[in-house]
Amino acid sequence: MTRRAKPERGASEGRPDKAGALKPLAKCPTGIRGLDDVTEGGLPRGRASLVSGGAGCGKTLMAMEFVVRGARDFGEPGVFMAFEETVAELTSNVASLGFDLQSLIRRKKLAVDYVRIERSEIEETGEYDLEGLFVRLGSMIDEVHAKRVVLDTIESLFASLPNEGILRAELRRLFRWLKDRGVTAVITAEQGQEGQLTRYGLEEYVSDCVIVLDHRVNNEVATRRLRVVKYRGSRHGTNEYPTMIDEHGLSVLPITSLGLCHRVSDRRISTGIPRLDTMMTGKGYWQGSSILVSGTAGTGKTSVATALVDSVCRRGDRCLYFSFEESPDQLVRNMGSIGFHLDPYVRAGRLQFHSVRPTLYGLESHLVTLHDLVARLHPDVVVMDPITGLTSIGEPGEVKAMLMRVVDFLKSRTITTLFTSLTEGGTPIDATETSVSSLMDTWLLLQMVESAGERNRILYVLKSRGMAHSNQMREFTLTDNGIKLADVYTGSGEVRTGSARAIQESRDKADADAADQASRRRQREITHERLALEAQMQKLQSRLAELKQETTMAAKQELNRSAAARHDTKGLARLRKADSDGAQEEGNGT
Amino acid sequence: MTKATSSPKTGTWDLKLYIAGYTPRAVKALENLKQLCEEHLHGVYSIEVVDLLRNPRLARGDQIVAVPTLVRKLPVPVRKIIGDLSNRERVLVGLDLRPR
Repeated sequence: MTRRAKPERGASEGRPDKAGALKPLAKCPTGIRGLDDVTEGGLPRGRASLVSGGAGCGKTLMAMEFVVRGARDFGEPGVFMAFEETVAELTSNVASLGFDLQSLIRRKKLAVDYVRIERSEIEETGEYDLEGLFVRLGSMIDEVHAKRVVLDTIESLFASLPNEGILRAELRRLFRWLKDRGVTAVITAEQGQEGQLTRYGLEEYVSDCVIVLDHRVNNEVATRRLRVVKYRGSRHGTNEYPTMIDEHGLSVLPITSLGLCHRVSDRRISTGIPRLDTMMTGKGYWQGSSILVSGTAGTGKTSVATALVDSVCRRGDRCLYFSFEESPDQLVRNMGSIGFHLDPYVRAGRLQFHSVRPTLYGLESHLVTLHDLVARLHPDVVVMDPITGLTSIGEPGEVKAMLMRVVDFLKSRTITTLFTSLTEGGTPIDATETSVSSLMDTWLLLQMVESAGERNRILYVLKSRGMAHSNQMREFTLTDNGIKLADVYTGSGEVRTGSARAIQESRDKADADAADQASRRRQREITHERLALEAQMQKLQSRLAELKQETTMAAKQELNRSAAARHDTKGLARLRKADSDGAQEEGNGT
Repeated sequence: MTKATSSPKTGTWDLKLYIAGYTPRAVKALENLKQLCEEHLHGVYSIEVVDLLRNPRLARGDQIVAVPTLVRKLPVPVRKIIGDLSNRERVLVGLDLRPR
């Protein structure tokens, strides 16, 4: 039994073809940007998918995009059965997205039907079934040779038909019938109460793939989200993905459908600041890397960004500048004051500004705008100045996720990205507001140093992946001709900048001179003392020699003297005729 | 509101019965309908049976979803009665032949 069950389990994962060999689940690309990444290829082909969500989530739009793109881009005609909007309403609703339903209908690529049942008009007497619906659907499928079918929103039948038992049985039959016809179907449904997927439990019948759309308001900013709740027999992204509806339809923005596998470039691009290039092994940033410039207010973040823009545009490359705080005109004027003349680049179309308040729309809209502009402009460099403003429209986690998407998206296209981030006073300077530093390849830190009545700027490279960057601080000055970096004074254990640095440097020179003299004097003194000591040593040695001589002489004299004395004693004894013992004692006593 | 039941003797009754193939249920509905019309609308009614399997496109015009569906085209307003018409009382109410 268990052995036999095995192939069956395999079958549920990958549909076996007739020979019984496993092949991966066939997918039906939706053509909706991002959705095919999340679902790894599209909706399950030949099956029904459920799209559920509250009012105004974009269910109808998603379903419509599915059939229209199928008919237009994939050569798969479709049938759209609407239960809530008339054909005319649908046509005008999606016209703004560039979908010409009438033309598709004329060319027999699309069939649209509006099913309306007025409860008040209907009297129920006895047994019935929904064969009428089947017939209508079937005739449309035959008419256009449809491969895709949308039922939007079939649940409204529950409100119009009194007999729920019959309806449920018929729906079950309908979904099986759709499967038998081999069409890929999208069924939309209103989200039910208390977290239920659908109001009438449709998920019971349509359960191969369930997608939930959501539209919620956070901090007064509306965000759309999409989640693939279930996808039988296929891997899929399980996160909630920001979604957005713009003039091109629906877009789903997967965090990273790329899985960190982007190709990297061997090229380097100049930072636009010669000394900064020097600090980064003489060549500047890696092309396609992500760069973070952070610092407190007024430290010159925008200037560093502009230096890069200037050098990129001067080389003839393209640049896209997201300015969340300044208007393009203001930015161009201000940067002109430090020698970056951006106007010609703007006119030549090499530099495009996109200036909006971050709060103008939700995070995902910013992301979509970025996608669109990048697709249109093909920039070599993208600047976002500053990303800090984005935190006002999203939770830090969301902002980080969004920036991760930005970084991944741009890296996948080898576009160099520069973000600036404002560090609030009082927070640690290496704390970025959205803690995005880990996403960044290069991190430049700008800092204000306050001393001797001045505020001076300091720049250093906090990290730069893939290069032996300088670890030194540089004083950062904004001049009429761009940005200059100077060595900072780092003597006697502290950093000095500005005029303090100049003063300290001259003071140091004087100090050094004095020290030099002092040391020479000291040397002279030592020599003196050495010489004196040597002289003294000579004197002592000669004295030592004298003393030695004296000692030998004294010893000799003593010998002579004692011999003489003995001779005298013996003579005396002889004279006194004393015995020898007493004479001896007397002799010793003397 | 609809108390004034349409007088059976005046005007013509234009009835359409939508079916999808002559299933037992469809046959039963047609029988029930004929019987009822003979009793209440003798001489003033016409019944057209529309088989959707033959003319599927006709389902769109009268917004047919369920079969069998009886549509009273005339007299206006249009009335729809779904099911095999086995509950005679309900059919009469649905056709405004009896007050609701």
